[in-house]
Amino acid sequence: MSTVLLHTLAHARTGDKGNRSSISLVAFDAKHWPLLVEHVTEDRVAQLFAYRKPTAVRRYLLPKLHAMNFVLDDVLDGGVNGSLNLDSHGKSLSGLLLSLTIPTETTP
Amino acid sequence: MTQKSALHIGCGAGFSGDRWDAAVPVVRTLRATGGPAVLMFETLAERTLALAQLQRRANPDSGWEPSLDRFVAPVLRDCVEAGIPIVGNFGAANPQGAARHLQQVAQRLGLQPLRIAVIGGDDLLAALPAGQLDALLPASLRGRSLVSANAYLGAAEIAQALRAGAQVVVTGRVADPALALGPILAHFDWSLDDWDRLACGTMAGHLLECGAQVTGGYFADPGVKDVPDVANAGFPIVEMHGDGSFVVTKADGTGGCVDRRTVTEQLLYEIHDPAAYLTPDVVADISQAELSEDGPDRIRVTGVRGAPRPPTLKATVCHEGGWLAEGEISYAGPNAAARARLAADIVRERLRAQGHGQLPLRADLIGVTSVFADDAGRWWDSHTAPASDDVRLRIAAASDERSIADLVAREVLALYTCGPAGGGGVRTHITPRLSSESCFVPREWLQPQWSFAA
Repeated sequence: MSTVLLHTLAHARTGDKGNRSSISLVAFDAKHWPLLVEHVTEDRVAQLFAYRKPTAVRRYLLPKLHAMNFVLDDVLDGGVNGSLNLDSHGKSLSGLLLSLTIPTETTP
Repeated sequence: MTQKSALHIGCGAGFSGDRWDAAVPVVRTLRATGGPAVLMFETLAERTLALAQLQRRANPDSGWEPSLDRFVAPVLRDCVEAGIPIVGNFGAANPQGAARHLQQVAQRLGLQPLRIAVIGGDDLLAALPAGQLDALLPASLRGRSLVSANAYLGAAEIAQALRAGAQVVVTGRVADPALALGPILAHFDWSLDDWDRLACGTMAGHLLECGAQVTGGYFADPGVKDVPDVANAGFPIVEMHGDGSFVVTKADGTGGCVDRRTVTEQLLYEIHDPAAYLTPDVVADISQAELSEDGPDRIRVTGVRGAPRPPTLKATVCHEGGWLAEGEISYAGPNAAARARLAADIVRERLRAQGHGQLPLRADLIGVTSVFADDAGRWWDSHTAPASDDVRLRIAAASDERSIADLVAREVLALYTCGPAGGGGVRTHITPRLSSESCFVPREWLQPQWSFAA
């Protein structure tokens, strides 16, 4: 079993509303969409962001766009006007999601 | 009944800090279509309005978008000549003031006086008896001194003003997509309960509202997502059709790109449940939306559905949030990261010894970890940093008291002589903060209205 960085299979963008972060993930190629559905699960994303103690992690699938949307509650240290983070919007968090590794039998 | 021609909606700004020259090629392209067109500017972020309220307190004539002149002056003559209305939320806390200023800009350009409509009624502090808002606020805000409280209004009043012949519509807080939906409603006369079409117009506005984010801005990732001439990314234009289908494209002769990838990213931007995107005008459902290529830099969007609008309006409430203290110092060469970590420990210990152990304090190692980490330091404690011999320590703290913020900055400054070896380049900064919260208010509490500015 080889692994591949999610960054090579998909692109992502982060948005924020208050203390809630939403991260979209879009497959570059439709053929990799099932791989993303299988491996980029709510549990794995919750694990990846565990140090920010999300109170909920939800995944919404958009099969026609080969995309999914993650919504993570209470992960922005209070949000854009409260956080002490340099990136108080949490816009860089798409980069954290794309740093996941995905098991794959074939090269992309 | 004859079919109405398509309406072209261009976007000239996606936020207050956006490029001042972006609207010029957009308006040139809109004029070249020869058909009905409108130009929108979105300049109000979540807390911009609170900052504008503070400005207005200091000077009653201010409180509107400070870059208004820079955004509008380069395109105002063209828009007036071509009959392209301008719709912008650059009124912020003082739409009447923005209208007066726009009239002066027109005069300076030698134009006839403009018919400028102003939308009001979003200000909850003005609309409600004192105390009525308190009950809806989160417990943390009750009784606090509020700077601003504004509800996000919908598209109906913008449409009415345009139907009455407004050349410019100035709003305060409205839902961002309403800046496009208003003109769309005015053009096509869709009914205010035609939910599917309202959802289409709303999603068109959603794709436009962040400017270049749909045309290749905020997208480039060299070697993975390359964007042609991204330094000159053109701002977006939507071609809206009477059946609700629409095409996203961009200004002619500009850089950037519009493709499935850029449109998909922006379609989902800041959306939570894709089947229920709540706006004042409609609940939009993009779960079955489809994108198709319609030529170079042209993406057609179909399959958007809508459901009846929610009974409440979202409001953003801002209050004074104390002070933010930030201090930075650099460490380089062998063992740099360890020296920087020691410097952070020194500041923490010093503050604890002076009775400020409970102060929210954050430490980052720029060049090692500076944005993934959380304020509580769980990442800092649990992740092994990659080796780096050039790091910058950043300390940030928040306090309601200015004197405590000053103390944090002084402790970072003192590292110059009392800290670990080789520290250099201290910068400190104290900033007043605004805190904001969202809540939902019954529609009946607000009476949105529009009028022509005197």
